[in-house]
Amino acid sequence: MAGLPALAMPCAASAAGFLEPAGPIAAGQIAHFGTISALMLIVIVPMFIALPLVLWRYRRGGKGSYRPDWEFNWGLELLIWGVPVALVVALGTALWRQTIAGDPYRPLGPDPLVVEVVALDWKFLFLYPEQGVATLDLLALPEDRPVTLKLTSGTVMQSFIVPRLAGQIYAMAGMQTQLNLIADETGDFTGRNTQYNGLGFATQSFTTRVMTPDDFDAWAASAKTQAATLDARAYAALLPSSVVSEPVIYGSFTPGLFDQIIASFAPGMTGGHAAHAPQARNDAPQAAHAPQADTDAPAAAAPHQHHQTTPEAGQ
Amino acid sequence: MNWELVFGQIKWTSFVFAGMIENPSLSEAIASGAGSLAVLGAIATVILLTVKGWWVPLWRDWLTSVDHKRVGIMYIVVALIMFARAVIEAALMRAQQLSAYDGGGFLSADHFGQLFSTHGTIMIFFVAMPFITGLMNYVMPLQIGARDVSFPLLNAISLMLTVAGAMLVMVSLVVGRFSTGGWSAYPPFTGIEFSPDEGVDYWIWAVSLGSIGSTLTGLNFAVTIYKKRCPGMSLFRMPLFTWTTLCTSILMIFAMAPLTAATIMLALDRYAGFHFFTNGDGGNMMNYANLFWLFGHPEVYILILPAFGVWSEVVATYSSKRIYGYTSLVYATMCIAVLSFAVWLHHFFTMGQSANVNAIFGIATMIIGVPTGVKVYDWLLTMVGGRIRLSTAMLFHINFLLTFILGGMTGVLLANPGVDFQVHNTLFLVAHFHNMIIPGVLFGMFAAVQFWFPKAFGFRLHEGLGRASFWCFAPGFLLAFFPLYWLGMMGATRRTFEWSNPDYLPWLALAMLGAALILAGFAFMTAQFIVSVRRREELAAPLGDPWDGRALEWSIPSPPPAWNFAVLPQVTARDAFYEAKKDGTAYRSPAGYEDIEVPRNTATAPLIGLFACAWAFGLVWHIWWLAILSFVLIWAVVIARSFATDTEETVPAATVRAANEAFLAAVRAAPGVTRDQEMTAANRGRAIPESLEGGAGALAAGAAMEVTR
Repeated sequence: MAGLPALAMPCAASAAGFLEPAGPIAAGQIAHFGTISALMLIVIVPMFIALPLVLWRYRRGGKGSYRPDWEFNWGLELLIWGVPVALVVALGTALWRQTIAGDPYRPLGPDPLVVEVVALDWKFLFLYPEQGVATLDLLALPEDRPVTLKLTSGTVMQSFIVPRLAGQIYAMAGMQTQLNLIADETGDFTGRNTQYNGLGFATQSFTTRVMTPDDFDAWAASAKTQAATLDARAYAALLPSSVVSEPVIYGSFTPGLFDQIIASFAPGMTGGHAAHAPQARNDAPQAAHAPQADTDAPAAAAPHQHHQTTPEAGQ
Repeated sequence: MNWELVFGQIKWTSFVFAGMIENPSLSEAIASGAGSLAVLGAIATVILLTVKGWWVPLWRDWLTSVDHKRVGIMYIVVALIMFARAVIEAALMRAQQLSAYDGGGFLSADHFGQLFSTHGTIMIFFVAMPFITGLMNYVMPLQIGARDVSFPLLNAISLMLTVAGAMLVMVSLVVGRFSTGGWSAYPPFTGIEFSPDEGVDYWIWAVSLGSIGSTLTGLNFAVTIYKKRCPGMSLFRMPLFTWTTLCTSILMIFAMAPLTAATIMLALDRYAGFHFFTNGDGGNMMNYANLFWLFGHPEVYILILPAFGVWSEVVATYSSKRIYGYTSLVYATMCIAVLSFAVWLHHFFTMGQSANVNAIFGIATMIIGVPTGVKVYDWLLTMVGGRIRLSTAMLFHINFLLTFILGGMTGVLLANPGVDFQVHNTLFLVAHFHNMIIPGVLFGMFAAVQFWFPKAFGFRLHEGLGRASFWCFAPGFLLAFFPLYWLGMMGATRRTFEWSNPDYLPWLALAMLGAALILAGFAFMTAQFIVSVRRREELAAPLGDPWDGRALEWSIPSPPPAWNFAVLPQVTARDAFYEAKKDGTAYRSPAGYEDIEVPRNTATAPLIGLFACAWAFGLVWHIWWLAILSFVLIWAVVIARSFATDTEETVPAATVRAANEAFLAAVRAAPGVTRDQEMTAANRGRAIPESLEGGAGALAAGAAMEVTR
């Protein structure tokens, strides 16, 4: 294994999930969780109150009057259809707003730190184009700076998550997905793959280390001094399945490696224009999401992803 | 001698016991134990059948039967056998996760991967599907006043294809290994590049056989309901269980096709070097996700709708009251059936569609909650103005209302992409779908067994043991799955055989306790069957109406004759039989009898099932001669059958008359029982309707029954 061990790792990175958010995206998700749960009580509480009462009153030998042919009442009917419909309008509005606001593709500010993520069998590779360094199973991030993760896979489909910072997104070979986040406190947070991918799945986690901007710059500078370089041969050595016990830091990597990895599965997905661009929408210019859900895009040739993203229309 | 030609890829190391010999460990011992159980179970069955001399009756009366009632019972037997295996697997996984803290545990990662894959595959395709199919098979033709389904032989073939798939999963215990790709088998992990062994092939062919069987079932039932209703049985007079059967059948017709397409495409990838879902060469695994969930989401409604039908029958019967809001329940069912095809994308919000697409599918998912919520409140209102009796089935129903609505809440949470991003692929999701499927589908089927068992076999099930099983199942479910919501929110992923987070331990311990309680519930249910069979004399209810039932199936003897109805009933209202009992027109002798044609038994279906199983086994192990030979034989059987002309036998009118008049005489002679005596030995199946106020009108009704037209 090339490279040197990183800084000594604290064993217990917090794994409390999004119950303890450390960034606005995760905070928005847990807040939304609370909102929806509270709204849902409107239909749940009546059942928990009414059912015991009904059972007691109308039990055999109870006080309720027996009306075996009673089967309909317009008032009740409007109530049991109307309340859920009104509730879904409220829930749907909240859902729409939160989904647009929390779109993982929406950049969270100018000048984001771009990190390219390659999911491998049972480890994650992180490339820092701006800093020119790369890491294995260690995601170092500066505090309070928007981060844009671009993800792909060098193997099977995986799902990348750092619960305390943001939700998950799939990483797939030959395609690029995106995840934007900001960390607003320093510390070590566990991230992992949640999509089963074989024997080492249970241990496929990594540490996300959020530092102050100065510490991050110092970290990047010290990482630059590492002798190990991530070239094509070093990458090829990472492809066989393995569990990494210690994070690895590479002082340099082959520029464009991320695009090459995507192109190795899907030539034409990067760097050029796809054969069939999707029909221009009214709200252009707009980058298409990597795995394109539009029906007008041919399945085999989804449009490629440019290296910048503008927000979705309507946000 | 080229052994590869004969045995394909099977080697002696393929057998589960080889692993134990070569590489002994507790995990291998458990695998060998399971394999031994499968083998010993088969041997024990053979010995039992031989000693008891049951081979002939088994073949003559059951396996070759095309009677929808026997087909239905066989489906449910298959479901219960497979349930026994899959529930033990679940308990094993719970024990592993509890004991695996920091590298402990007793299962290997690979063994655990096979366990969650077989557990999911079996529970969906070979427990839930056969259970609902068997129940629909038994009850629906009786409820619409039909003598059988439209295509009795096709029905038997559907059963045998399902059995073939189940057999294949059982064989995988002994020969080779199963897939580790989970029940959804996402490529590229399940492609030949990453899963080169036979495991995924087992999954592909087992699921394909099951899904083809289900497609045929759906066609069969839909045609039956459209074409075979008795005179007067308009659509809006059908019992609600029949309505849900119709919706489920329509879903089966449309939803099984994408699954079959997806499994065949995956097979082409694996066998023939195609690139539908591979990583490179133009393959696209997202296409698989779409196809699979295009089946997978309607599938959950295929499972839950028949259970909704069961709940509708149970709550009306045990409240002695008409169902509240029949029409709105029908429309709600249809709404759900249609909408179930419009939400599949919520299974992969995390695949990178635009936020707008995610939002639309999220809202569509919430909209499904509306008719579902309406149904829950309809059932509650059905109890209002009733006289509720807390039988075992009713206890399951009350448990269902309370837990299902909580599962609905977590379902609405998961419909929000923002929440789903966090809890997708975690135990929160696992808890959610178990929360819907266990209290909804599985307990619905258990309630259905309590409810219809006396109809099928002529004696009631022991009530005390039924309650004991309920009081283990219900809290067992809560303990086993509600901690999983919390674990999922703490970030515990699904399909994970060990964690190193000590915070998980207390919750995992609770879940283990719940799993133990569920096993205890299953033990009580098994005991209930055994005890009931032994005491069948005192529990006998041959007169066919032990619960003061409402639909036509309760108007005929228990167990029903091969022809179901001596004379096809004439229906004038909903709850036809209940109305007849109230008016005093029930149990009247018909004006005359006619000859009845019933289909003859045939070996066609079991032969097709056998050859289909051999064909799939040959494909799994690349034993090409076996695969080709079996495939040819399947079609040879079909072609041979198409030349058969003498496929029906006639039951003479005199035979029908004798049987029916004897039944009617027995009913008239029997003292009716009130609901107070329902669980006593006095209940022989002649009910005094509750609405006759505890017997005030019973005399009048009795007098009317003496009148013969």
